Amino acid sequence: MKILVCITHVPDTTSKIQFSDNNTKFDKSGVQFIIGPYDDYALARAVELKEQLGASLTVLNVGEVETEPTLRKALAIGADDAIRVNTFPKDSLFVAQQIAAIAKQNNYDLILMGRESIDFNGGMVHGMVGEMLGMPSVSPVMKLEIEGNTVKMAREIEGGKEYLEAKLPLVAGCQEPIAEWKIPNMRGIMSARTKPLQVVDPLEESNASEVISYQLPPAKGAVKLVDKDNVEELVRLLKNEAKVL
Amino acid sequence: MSVLVYIEHADGSVKKTSLEAVSYAKALSEKTSEGEIVAVALGSISSDELAKAGSAGASKVIHVNDDKLSSGIIQAHAEAVAQVYKQLGAKTLILSKSSLGDAVAARLAIKLDAALISNVVDLPDTGSGYKIKRSIYTGKAFAETVVNKEHKILAVKKNAVDLKSDGADAVIETVVLELSADNFATSITSTDKTTGDILLPEADIVVSGGRGMKGPENWGLIEGLAKELGAATGCSKPVSDIGWRPHHEHVGQTGVKVAPSLYVAVGISGAIQHLAGVNSSKCIVVINKDAEAPFFKAADYGIVGDAFEVLPKLTEAVKALK
Ligand SMILES: Cc1cc2nc3c(=O)[nH]c(=O)nc-3n(C[C@H](O)[C@H](O)[C@H](O)COP(=O)(O)OP(=O)(O)OC[C@H]3O[C@@H](n4cnc5c(N)ncnc54)[C@H](O)[C@@H]3O)c2cc1C
Ligand SMILES: Nc1ncnc2c1ncn2[C@@H]1O[C@H](COP(=O)(O)O)[C@@H](O)[C@H]1O
Repeated sequence: MKILVCITHVPDTTSKIQFSDNNTKFDKSGVQFIIGPYDDYALARAVELKEQLGASLTVLNVGEVETEPTLRKALAIGADDAIRVNTFPKDSLFVAQQIAAIAKQNNYDLILMGRESIDFNGGMVHGMVGEMLGMPSVSPVMKLEIEGNTVKMAREIEGGKEYLEAKLPLVAGCQEPIAEWKIPNMRGIMSARTKPLQVVDPLEESNASEVISYQLPPAKGAVKLVDKDNVEELVRLLKNEAKVL
Repeated sequence: MSVLVYIEHADGSVKKTSLEAVSYAKALSEKTSEGEIVAVALGSISSDELAKAGSAGASKVIHVNDDKLSSGIIQAHAEAVAQVYKQLGAKTLILSKSSLGDAVAARLAIKLDAALISNVVDLPDTGSGYKIKRSIYTGKAFAETVVNKEHKILAVKKNAVDLKSDGADAVIETVVLELSADNFATSITSTDKTTGDILLPEADIVVSGGRGMKGPENWGLIEGLAKELGAATGCSKPVSDIGWRPHHEHVGQTGVKVAPSLYVAVGISGAIQHLAGVNSSKCIVVINKDAEAPFFKAADYGIVGDAFEVLPKLTEAVKALK
């Protein structure tokens, strides 16, 4: 059994988002980068499955050299080896093409991703890779068990969940509570230094879309406070001023 | 030419967000002269419900009345929509972001060799090229994106355009498609869903409670206000982590992203990860006993006070309004 987990290298969820170069570049100053939170859930579940089934576990990132510490962290959490496709991840189609190419060479039985990246929030790469490989794709998956060749899953839907079954191979976009995030221990961190991290060249670029500029939302005005003993005033404001009632 | 809209339904009703997608398509077509708006609906649903797509702006609804499509099997839905799209000779597909919509759109992008742009918040600018604004970094920023492909799929965020209801009757055409067995490789064995409630991602008003509500036994206060407002209920992540509320109610970075007209947050501190899920709301009201709670900085209106005192009074005041 071979498992692939695709991880993003994204700003920490508390980061202040800013842009530079006349709003054409993401400003990395003071920003700490992490494994995408949903990818971290996927990785945590993959480590559990690896232990349970004796599977091999590879992590993959499409990104430039700066993402290597994030891949090393995934190795410290429990992946056996890492692959980095050495290119800027310019859009989801391009990223999906790179992932599908690696997957075709290595015949993974299970490909886990996060439900969405937290930079572009597309929630698309898993479906694209599934279609490219002719495999089912399921997202957002909040529970995933493997019994022989069968995958049993729970998927979040509006207002609840649905339970599904499919056969391996399969692509899944994961979210909590599929597993608890794992924090690397000292042994993991030591061993991660010597685990293999392979750098491969990208396929030719597709040109489906391109970001030309970024923009921040307009600053919020000051809050209007209403006295706690005068809640009728709040209702009036919501009705007459904000016009939302 | 025409623009195709994928519409979803839940328990026999067309989703409001899907109707918004129809209104978006209509506004788009008025701008780009892409012709008539055709909606496609899969699985069993009544013609009265389908007719709502007409009021929202569609001139035709293609109904693939195949019961196998009544549940949202991702691959099968993608294949069915792809067939309809190709038969129509459309160049643009519009859908509303949702758990199923996202999953279906991704596969469609490959099937149709289309560019897929998600989290679209506005109509495209077609002055020179095709530029579109989408929300990124979980609502913390926007990206102006140029689309270079002939075929386009736009996954539209809630509130990108106003829902229209002044359209005419749509022609409903029932079609039969050939869908091979591979498209049904995943099977849905059961669903576990609260019915009758207003769905959180669709809701126009949301009342959310945080750890300040002290325990699940106090949720009657949240539900009481929600009921008077016709709102859905939400919660912060710790609240669903401890099991006070179900996971699908958790709002934020790792939960549901909502975009209601009114978001009422009670006993929620306003951590940045929570704000990421609510920052597209039109108006935010915060009730918190701590005047220093960070949520007040992101709020339009606020009450500094104890939720257990304020909520019953507020519920009464809303009731008195009617
Ligand atoms: C990667 C990551 C992702 C995350 N994703 C999310 C997410 O998606 N959604 C999310 O919500 N959180 C998320 N979090 C957690 C987030 O950081 C906060 O811990 C969480 O939002 C706090 O929840 P809370 O406001 O309910 O609780 P607290 O921070 O404990 O705040 C409780 C608030 O209630 C107020 N209060 C107490 N008693 C009363 C009373 N009687 N009346 C009125 N007010 C009262 C207090 O003043 C306080 O402000 C995430 C964290 C991480 C690290
Ligand atoms: N550059 C990347 N490298 C590796 N995996 C990625 C990359 N971008 C996205 N993914 C995976 O695809 C998932 C969905 O991403 P997205 O479609 O961008 O929301 C993420 O949670 C990751 O698991």
